[in-house]
Amino acid sequence: MPSLINAEDLSIGYGRDVVVAGVSFELIPGEAFALIGTNGSGKSTLLKTVVGLLPPLDGRLAVFDGRPGADHRRIAYLGQFHQSGFVLPIRAVDVVRMGRFPGLGLWRPMTRHDNDAVREAMRTMGIEALAETPLRSMSGGQQQRTYLAQVLAHQADLLVLDEPTSGLDAGGRELYLQAIDAELRRGASVLVATHDIQEEAALCHRVMLLARRVVAVGPPAQVLTPETLLATFGVVITGDRKLHVIEGRHGHEGPGKPPG
Amino acid sequence: MIDWLVTPFADSTIMQHALIAGTLVSIACAVAGTFVVLRGLAFIGDALAHGVLPGIAIAVLAGFSGILGAAIGAAVMIGGITLITQRSRLSSDTAIGLLFVGMLALGVVIVSRSGSFSGDLTRILFGEILGISVTAIVIQIVATVVILAIAAICARPFLLLSFDPEQAQVAGFSVRLYHNVMLLMIALTVIVSFQTVGTLLVFGLLIAPASAGALLARHIGAMMAWAALFGVLSVFAGLLISYHFDLAAGAAIILVTIVLFFAAFAIQNLRDRRAAQRKEPGGA
Repeated sequence: MPSLINAEDLSIGYGRDVVVAGVSFELIPGEAFALIGTNGSGKSTLLKTVVGLLPPLDGRLAVFDGRPGADHRRIAYLGQFHQSGFVLPIRAVDVVRMGRFPGLGLWRPMTRHDNDAVREAMRTMGIEALAETPLRSMSGGQQQRTYLAQVLAHQADLLVLDEPTSGLDAGGRELYLQAIDAELRRGASVLVATHDIQEEAALCHRVMLLARRVVAVGPPAQVLTPETLLATFGVVITGDRKLHVIEGRHGHEGPGKPPG
Repeated sequence: MIDWLVTPFADSTIMQHALIAGTLVSIACAVAGTFVVLRGLAFIGDALAHGVLPGIAIAVLAGFSGILGAAIGAAVMIGGITLITQRSRLSSDTAIGLLFVGMLALGVVIVSRSGSFSGDLTRILFGEILGISVTAIVIQIVATVVILAIAAICARPFLLLSFDPEQAQVAGFSVRLYHNVMLLMIALTVIVSFQTVGTLLVFGLLIAPASAGALLARHIGAMMAWAALFGVLSVFAGLLISYHFDLAAGAAIILVTIVLFFAAFAIQNLRDRRAAQRKEPGGA
């Protein structure tokens, strides 16, 4: 089976600053792959390199057997920050429609099939009733659902998601996990950066622990051990049945998961 | 009352030309200004509006087309900004600022060689809306059509750029290419509009109606429509005020756009407050 992503001894970073060196992994169709690490560990940098926003600094990286970013029709990307802020007047449905633009290009008009995909994606994320709502009057969680619906509307072969559950409530997380499950069953692959080692990462086929180096790669049951998590996050508390991670150098979400 | 509103335009071709040209400028500025506001390009828009000054000044003194002079000025401006940002670590804000004051000073120096210094300068800065020729209107029509065409063709990449440039890049639309096309569209708007309302005031029509539109609209198309409406209203009201009270026409138009912006601002604030009050009792 041909791989969707093939990285060999890859170095990633910004300009001349290498963030992580020696990254090697492969992503096959229908596979879910999680990147786990603190902020600044190289998760987002790796995702940006895969989608073609950053050039690989060294080593080899093939996406769909070609240059990263060359085949935008097959790849959907959810970044961590949206620069639009609250200036741009835009309705939820307009945001989701943008998920169809890569396939349509500059000219081709939206067809019924496109509109169906948009509606279906909004239903999947439970925001079909908010279609006409301006993005700026939505809550953070509703906005995140809208961005996720945009990614789903793309119907891409590869979904690259940077902390997709940030800001989602319990209901939103449940819908997201179901949606990813459906995408995988459809034959799509998912590459996701996450802090959630319990639910999200555990559901993935393989995980990579990052701490400005590759700590471990493999199936979650084998890789997510107190030792590797300690090396990745710094502080780990083992509770009755679960592992809890306290992130010391966490940038934007506060102290992470509370123990117990 | 009707008399007060209609007679000035019915009686004078000067006022009719002014209204037609002003309406066209308002439409062009609504489209270009929408992206100036959404992409945070106000500073480069302002710089372009003033950077064209030396080009126009040379054109006025040497006796060739002011539009050609403005185009040369805009090209030097954008070229200089690109050169500084690419060949140094200085931010584009700094580059824009350097070129901005440089070009403005150069313009004033050139104009000061002219016999009627303050008259020429005022004409360039505040325009000659009460001296618009039919040729100028035809040029403005062509330019407005070109600007609308650019915005229609690039609707998807422009929307993606305003939403999130990274998203645009991943979706297969080159950020660099479409950003430059956008700058070109803004430059074209400034170049053809300066005759009507002047370089200083093009900038007002570029940002004030579009910002008011951003406050009221629910999507980008509505924002442009609001901006065009506010622009045309400002031109109409500004011309009337200048006619009846014998005031400078260009400046009167801009004052009306600013007043309209604050009106939209007040409406939006009232609306937000009411929405918040409606939410509170339910505990949302």
